Amino acid sequence: MQNDSIQKTIFVAVALCLVCSLFVSLTAVSLHDIQKENKRLDKVKNILIAGGLYDPSVDVQSVYEKKVVPLLIELDTGQILNSEEYPDGIDADTYDLKKMAADPTFGRSVDADRDIANIRNRPKYIFVYKVMENDKLQRIILPIYGYGLWSTLYGFVSLGNDLQSIQGITFYEHGETPGLGGEVDNARWKGLWPGKQAFDDVGNVAISVIKGQVNPKSAKAKYQVDGLSGATITTRGLDSMLKYWLGNEGYGRFLNTLKQGGVRG
Amino acid sequence: MAEVIEREEQAPEVPPSPSLTAKEAKSLLWTPVFDDNPIGRQVLGVCSALAVTTKLETSIVMSMAVIFVMALSNISVSLIRNHIPSSVRIIVQMTIIAALVIIADEAIQAFAYDISKQLSIFVGLIITNCIIMGRAEGFAMKNPPTHSLLDGLGNGFGYSTILIVVGFFRELLGSGKLLGVDVLPLVTEGGWYMPNGLMLLSPSAFFLIGFFIWVVRAWKPEQVEED
Repeated sequence: MQNDSIQKTIFVAVALCLVCSLFVSLTAVSLHDIQKENKRLDKVKNILIAGGLYDPSVDVQSVYEKKVVPLLIELDTGQILNSEEYPDGIDADTYDLKKMAADPTFGRSVDADRDIANIRNRPKYIFVYKVMENDKLQRIILPIYGYGLWSTLYGFVSLGNDLQSIQGITFYEHGETPGLGGEVDNARWKGLWPGKQAFDDVGNVAISVIKGQVNPKSAKAKYQVDGLSGATITTRGLDSMLKYWLGNEGYGRFLNTLKQGGVRG
Repeated sequence: MAEVIEREEQAPEVPPSPSLTAKEAKSLLWTPVFDDNPIGRQVLGVCSALAVTTKLETSIVMSMAVIFVMALSNISVSLIRNHIPSSVRIIVQMTIIAALVIIADEAIQAFAYDISKQLSIFVGLIITNCIIMGRAEGFAMKNPPTHSLLDGLGNGFGYSTILIVVGFFRELLGSGKLLGVDVLPLVTEGGWYMPNGLMLLSPSAFFLIGFFIWVVRAWKPEQVEED
């Protein structure tokens, strides 16, 4: 057969595609479980970091099982769902924030005028995590996400058992510029957060990430965190993200439910 | 694409001897590292060299992925080179390269998850790396598999050399670290080194690649083009 004949051209194209797709699907199928497990462990690790429980020398899975309790909440009402009430298709192990936000039944779009974190969609149901110590609530870990300069940052913020003071913040996924916006991963910067107050005396969201450094003498210092130097837009994104998620659009109603129900967990 | 076609004309003629002497093998493997470096001499594949070199670790993983893809794509293209209809040859090469890139990407996600998060889309973009297309079209289409394998490896090493040199300096000068370990104590952490923020932005890779080319041409003046 001539190399350039139509038959040979079609034959080569089809055969090549078959062979290539065979290899690609074999790899994808055989590695799928490992990849899924990697993602899950990575998320668990980040929950532990946000909850101040992470210790690289200890198995993350066992710490997670011992101390962390996932809690499914409905964001619009602030209600906590018992595991029997979980909607079909949601469970703690396979819950995927991004998929849920984009899903037509489990997600909803955020009105443009309220969408300060620039997320467009958010899930209706979301898992938050309680950190328990001797059956008492120590911290509550809340997933947050929002747009920075280049990318959506995904992370967690944790509140102490007063539901008022911030205990930690961490991001497990972002594509900000390394060294500038990417400094959200910097341990020193993350160390500025514990002890800051999320809400003011009347319960409005007060925490803000400001440009430059916080003046420690200012009356507002307990509500303010230093911005990332050289990363004005990421800083602004972080600020809006926290205001969005701690406000009424986000966890505001849920936190009220918790406060009214007493914080026994 | 323009670059690929240009490559075709420049492709070094390799003696079509079916058996490979040790000297030829050596030259196939080492010529692309300094004498005919795909980035430094031919200025191909620069895009990814800018994007993934902020850290040494990502540079190394990216290099390994490119070496893997380039070696295997060269062998595959070379094995079926006598059966590829010339009208669809570029598509055939692309399909092989794309399949290999997906395999590399899946493997990185499975075995180096943290790094795969940092490399993000750039592994997928290996598909568009002009060096790989250039070698498939310019070399593997005309030469037997062993030659092509060595050529793929050689060009992979050439690409890696630049990536690793650039990654080394960008991480060291930009964040005072190497492979994530503190080397130069930063002012912000109480040390003395004030990191150079430019090193973390893509343009710095241009400067570093420029320096690299300068150094290589000073060492090997025969590479200097005549005006």
